[in-house]
Amino acid sequence: MPSEKKLMRGSNVVGEAAVRAGCRFYAGYPITPQNELPEYLSARMPEVGGAFIQGESEIASINMVLGAAATGVRAMTSSSSPGVALKQEGISYMAGQELPAVVINMMRGGPGLGNIAPSGADYYQATRGGGNGDYRTPVLAPAGCQELADLTFTAFDIADKYRTPVMILGDGLMGQVMEPVIFPDPIDIKSLPPKDWALTGCKGRKPKAIFSMLLDLNALYNHNLHLQEKYDEITAKELRWDTAMTEDAELLVVAYGTPSRIAESAIEELRAEGIKAGLFRPITLWPFPTIPLRKLAAKIGKVGVFEFSMGQMLDDVIMAVGERAEIYFYGVPGGIIPTPSDVARFLKSSIKGDGKVGRRIEA
Amino acid sequence: MSAEAAFKKIFGRPESLKENYTHYCPGCGHSIAHRLVAECLDELGLRENTIGVPPVGCAVLAYNYFNFDMIEAPHGRALAVATGIKRTNPDKFVLTYQGDGDLAAIGTAETIHAANRGEKISAIFINNAIYGMTGGQMAPTTLLGQEATTAPGGRDSSLHGNPIDISAMIAVSNGVVYVERCSLASLKQIRQAKKAIKKCFQVQLDKLGFGLVELLSPCPTNWKLSPKEAWAWVNEVMVKVYPLGVIKDTTGYEDKK
Ligand SMILES: Cc1ncc(C[n+]2csc(CCOP(=O)(O)OP(=O)(O)O)c2C)c(N)n1
Ligand code: SF4
Repeated sequence: MPSEKKLMRGSNVVGEAAVRAGCRFYAGYPITPQNELPEYLSARMPEVGGAFIQGESEIASINMVLGAAATGVRAMTSSSSPGVALKQEGISYMAGQELPAVVINMMRGGPGLGNIAPSGADYYQATRGGGNGDYRTPVLAPAGCQELADLTFTAFDIADKYRTPVMILGDGLMGQVMEPVIFPDPIDIKSLPPKDWALTGCKGRKPKAIFSMLLDLNALYNHNLHLQEKYDEITAKELRWDTAMTEDAELLVVAYGTPSRIAESAIEELRAEGIKAGLFRPITLWPFPTIPLRKLAAKIGKVGVFEFSMGQMLDDVIMAVGERAEIYFYGVPGGIIPTPSDVARFLKSSIKGDGKVGRRIEA
Repeated sequence: MSAEAAFKKIFGRPESLKENYTHYCPGCGHSIAHRLVAECLDELGLRENTIGVPPVGCAVLAYNYFNFDMIEAPHGRALAVATGIKRTNPDKFVLTYQGDGDLAAIGTAETIHAANRGEKISAIFINNAIYGMTGGQMAPTTLLGQEATTAPGGRDSSLHGNPIDISAMIAVSNGVVYVERCSLASLKQIRQAKKAIKKCFQVQLDKLGFGLVELLSPCPTNWKLSPKEAWAWVNEVMVKVYPLGVIKDTTGYEDKK
């Protein structure tokens, strides 16, 4: 049954999309600003024969997800920044054990308890690991409710295909905002590719064990090489990004998630004045769309980076662009949301190169 | 008389144990506990329907010895992992096997809350009053006065706190149906331990709630005792702090008999 347009809050959108994508297990611990998601799923999961648990902590919740995932069930947990910090142990284990799962982070201000306002300060935490070991977590960054729905499906598919935890990185604003959404049709769980590695009890076959501990030096060495091959494949096949208004642009704005929406409005403001800027929006934060950004930045010659942190995605932009273009940076710590006009001033200043708003980055 | 009647197999390796040598030290309680768990699974016909969760601790490699499906959990998280398995697979038989550091220190919250939710899971709790795997550091269950590498001169309540009785702690919860403490330090007690484990498994099969069997288990290596001395220490010293017997039983099994 194709679904009609629905007006829904971001957190609920993830919940409904997860159920339609075949998620049948959710565990999480309350934390603002994403409580609507567990609340939604506490009612929705039983309707589809799935299980919902309010865990006693984020640590317990991610480990419940680990257990469910090991039996082949599509499983998800969600939290916000300090809670996601606690999930890192489980994420690292699942990376090592090659278990698929989806982890939602609706980022809030930090460090520490910070505040509950939207933030982009967990970009490092999401893209650089956070748990121990040489692993990567694919990270998807939606820029609105429709994309939250679509990328939730994508997240489960990538997780299963590569047997890896996948993170969706939103923020407090995205979790709260209400936008119209058309949901993809629910999948038929039975149509998903079989998981021959899953634990189901050893009836009719040899027992299986899933573990990340490899005491033999060569075994761990080879396991890490295998993981790296997988990450290379993800980088080759799963890169996602979007561009807008770049053809005639004098400045390329790089922003993801909520800031990309503000940037888009700022670009439109400028264009009304005849000033031409364009948008490059990474959708996968890891793998980062390094080469596409490099090419476009080199062509345009000027890059303006805008994020809700004091410069985390900026590192990836610098690595992509280097000296091929001038780089300007406008970072806003979590909580204060700049208006499109604030961002437009930064973009104008960057085009002039006067450094009055934001700062010039020497790569 | 036929050969069959003359030679009846009365002892062998349970099917739930693989034909591997364990890495456990001589006199270690883990190998005995493994065998008891395996015998009970065999006798209840559960092996092929079981998913087990080993700990991080000396039994971290239990999947090399147990002959059924197993999933490694991070240190202390076995009961959370088991919860995820059981809630999505209510018809599977799910057990955890955990040491005292795993179950009663780093995993205390996971233990108490799985128990309190009344998860239909069976927990086998190996209490050897020491951190075996990491080399003899103080455990939450270490006795007062007992030497540990991080409690030189012996555990002192004013410095190190007191031996924790987690079995008694969880027993107060309505979700917990059956808790028994047994010893692995004499043949008679080992037989009793097997009975307790089997009953604990039955609790899960009957979907009654959470069950746990605590096994006082010798660690001769880190106690720096011979295996024989270690048995004596369990029965003369350890049982005074951790008295043997049923701690909680709301199964009603005996009433039905
Ligand atoms: C997060 C984490 N912290 C610490 C350790 C190190 N560690 C491994 S086993 C263990 C304690 C083992 O003691 P116990 O649970 O009593 O089991 P035993 O080895 O005595 O059977 C510790 C502290 C670890 N692996 N992971
Ligand atoms: S160190 Fe202790 S608990 Fe570990 S295997 Fe040896 S005797 Fe057993």
